[in-house]
Amino acid sequence: MIDLILTQTLNGLASASSLFLVASGLSIIFGVTRIVNFAHGSLYMLGAYLAWTLVSYLGPADTFGFWGGVLLAALLVGLAGVLIEVLILRRIYQAPELFQLLATFGVVLMLQDLALATWGPEDKLGPRAPGFKSFVILFDNRFPTYELFLIAVGPLVLGLLWFLFQKTRWGTLVRAATQDREMVGALGVNQRLLFTSVFAFGSMLAGLGGALQLPREAVNLHMDLAMISEAFVVVVVGGLGSVTGAYLAAVLIGILHAFGILIFPKITLVLVFLVMAVVLVVKPYGLMGRAPVGHARGHGPAEPLLLPADRLTKLAGLLALALLALTPIFAPDYLLSTLTELIIFALFAASLHFMMGPGGMASFGHAAYFGLGAYGAALAVKWLGAPMEPALVFAPFLAGIAGVVFGWFCVRLSGVYLAMLTLAFAQIAWATAFQWVELTGGDNGILGVWPSAWASSKTAYFYLTLGVCAVSIVALRLTIFSPLGYGLRAARDNPLRAEAIGLDVMRIQWVAFIVAAFAAGIAGALFAFSKGSVFPTYMAIPRSVDALLMVLLGGVQTVSGPIIGAFAYAGLSEQLMKATMYWRFGLGLSIVLLVILFPRGLVGGSLLLVERWCRRPEAAATARLAAEGGR
Amino acid sequence: MSVVLQQSRAPAMAGDPVLVVRDLAKSFGGVRAVDGVSFSVEAGTMLALIGPNGAGKTTCFNMLNGQLRPDKGEVLLGGRPITGMKPRAVWRMGVGRTFQITATFTSMTVRENVQMALISHAGEIWSPFGRARDRHKAAADALLAQVGMVEQAERACGVLAYGDLKRVELAVALANQPKLLLMDEPTAGMAPRERIELMALTAEIAAAKGIAVLFTEHDMDVVFTHSDSVIVLDRGLLIAHGTAEEVRRDPNVRAVYLGSGATSGGH
Repeated sequence: MIDLILTQTLNGLASASSLFLVASGLSIIFGVTRIVNFAHGSLYMLGAYLAWTLVSYLGPADTFGFWGGVLLAALLVGLAGVLIEVLILRRIYQAPELFQLLATFGVVLMLQDLALATWGPEDKLGPRAPGFKSFVILFDNRFPTYELFLIAVGPLVLGLLWFLFQKTRWGTLVRAATQDREMVGALGVNQRLLFTSVFAFGSMLAGLGGALQLPREAVNLHMDLAMISEAFVVVVVGGLGSVTGAYLAAVLIGILHAFGILIFPKITLVLVFLVMAVVLVVKPYGLMGRAPVGHARGHGPAEPLLLPADRLTKLAGLLALALLALTPIFAPDYLLSTLTELIIFALFAASLHFMMGPGGMASFGHAAYFGLGAYGAALAVKWLGAPMEPALVFAPFLAGIAGVVFGWFCVRLSGVYLAMLTLAFAQIAWATAFQWVELTGGDNGILGVWPSAWASSKTAYFYLTLGVCAVSIVALRLTIFSPLGYGLRAARDNPLRAEAIGLDVMRIQWVAFIVAAFAAGIAGALFAFSKGSVFPTYMAIPRSVDALLMVLLGGVQTVSGPIIGAFAYAGLSEQLMKATMYWRFGLGLSIVLLVILFPRGLVGGSLLLVERWCRRPEAAATARLAAEGGR
Repeated sequence: MSVVLQQSRAPAMAGDPVLVVRDLAKSFGGVRAVDGVSFSVEAGTMLALIGPNGAGKTTCFNMLNGQLRPDKGEVLLGGRPITGMKPRAVWRMGVGRTFQITATFTSMTVRENVQMALISHAGEIWSPFGRARDRHKAAADALLAQVGMVEQAERACGVLAYGDLKRVELAVALANQPKLLLMDEPTAGMAPRERIELMALTAEIAAAKGIAVLFTEHDMDVVFTHSDSVIVLDRGLLIAHGTAEEVRRDPNVRAVYLGSGATSGGH
């Protein structure tokens, strides 16, 4: 028994090292640039692929060939980091943090297709490391020496980082910039160089983490998102900006995985989630993290005035609705299916906007609730034999309950911390659907989720969707202008003032979180019946990002934005998918360009233009103020 | 809760102590920021809390409004303990407050800011339907009229002049018909003339409604013109308590606070 515990501990420590390398890079970059680099998992993947190529080229059996290849791969990833920083990030340091996150997600998509184009879809098996091919006998178990080497890498890099940050000028500057960027700039430090070097260094760490995995696991195209969500968990648990915290958390998560697989193979991710939950309840900013300074007030730009729709906007909305209601008369079936989906996505986007716009809580895992709605419907059909109508009613409650649980934790945080936590929760929901094969069918999903007879024609289901979504969207809109919605905005605008007039900020945000989850669940359930099946991908990260893109494309400060954004985005991605097999690259590039060119979204940007040129000078002043604050 | 609300609506008689602070103390890592401070404020009067930088004014203030939990001591509002309550609970007991840096909701109009406080006061915050803009409109305008901001009710709070923002904040702070008004550096960042106007307005409202006002202030002109009494903190200790004139003459105060003989214009 004891020997088993010891070997599993060693296994855990070995897997912690790469996790630590990636998470510490993420943490250091965030500390200085305040950018959460979504692409950090992609840099890790890039490191693994490059190491595979270089090691095969330089000679996998040769000591120099292998280790030279690994180090060269790490350096090349550092160089890729320089490129990303200079070409993209440098232009958006002043943009709202959400847009920065999105831009780095654009990079994720681009790197995914670059890897696919360069290395193909098959997994790549790496060689074993020269000098570390044997086993040692530990506690009567054979233990690979390479694992022992990896165990040593973690503390070694931690020590190296400590030395770098405490004893070198560059390290001192990095620490200073982490505490107070403006001050470091005012002291005459070349910020551009500092930012670029920090980003390159963090990228190199991620690349090294990936390259070192070569003898352990096959290199594949899913490494990026698998790693980034784990790294987010590590960073949230350890405390954003703390390297020591990242190490502690990586060890904790690594060991937890090792034992979880042994004891509860089905729910390892749930275990991770439970530990994260406990840590966050006790220490909201992680084991070694500190509450961000000046987070609570006077932080963001002044939010622009939000007014209810004027008569013209209402008329336009009614007109659009009437137009949609008339389409079945002339549209063919395939177009109706597409429109049905678009309308569902509009509700999905509106539900995210509800918590993101008036609520100020950006969710990077909103697909969890969409997916839970879909699964709720499918499970009711499969296991309870329910017809469509009760399944549609039941499904949103499953999403809503998840909102109750996940939201309780999320509203304790704010900003990027909250976004990371929502992502981690979504990954847990996804993993549950993926791993719990008996209930959910795993990767094969659940098939045969069809509408009742009366709604089985494309036209009937289109009307059902249109009706349910229109009512839900209008209800969300009404709520935004109700006392509850005003309270939500008050909590976003100025939490201190909100508390000082008796508002329970956390509880209001919690309720908004639940409402948003519930509405997303409605959209998910409708989607399940329109497709006839559900799959774990419904809750995967890309679906969450879809929703974010729709909201941001439309502009987060406007109420009509998400609807227009949903149509624009879904249209764009469908055209891209038709046009090229590398549509991810195209989409990623569009996201990056969008963020650089339209930092306020389509509707937000055009509203600004309209107000600037036509309206009262005061409205223009408000808009300008908001725009300047937002830059 | 309704009992509490009704109590807060009943105007207190002048002379009753609305706020009683007994032996309040707070330490930060061994530093005694506030060390056994006791005082009280009567209805309809203005008490100024002054002291040099680092004297413990802000710490003291934050223990009264619920942002900090005291290590020791007691805070009584109208005879009921509010020690260690959260800010929103303190507000429900009948305490309004303004912030050193004005805190308003920038995505709302001036009137909506006041309506927000009135909605909260009426306990309607959880209502998910019905337009918030249409609620308590008249009451909001009445409050805005008191502070002279009713003409600007439709403007966005994000574009107001600083002095006007302070007035809006005052109206918001009055929305729950408080027994006690806490004002942290109410005139910081204002022009001298605006300072006098704002404090005169506050004094007038306080006297008319029987509200006790406790404010911290750096501007000695404001302190000596608008306070009924003054307390002086130095290094966490209360070193003087009296009328403005008494405090001005107090040798201790002169020594630690006003320095070598300067008696006014200390900004």
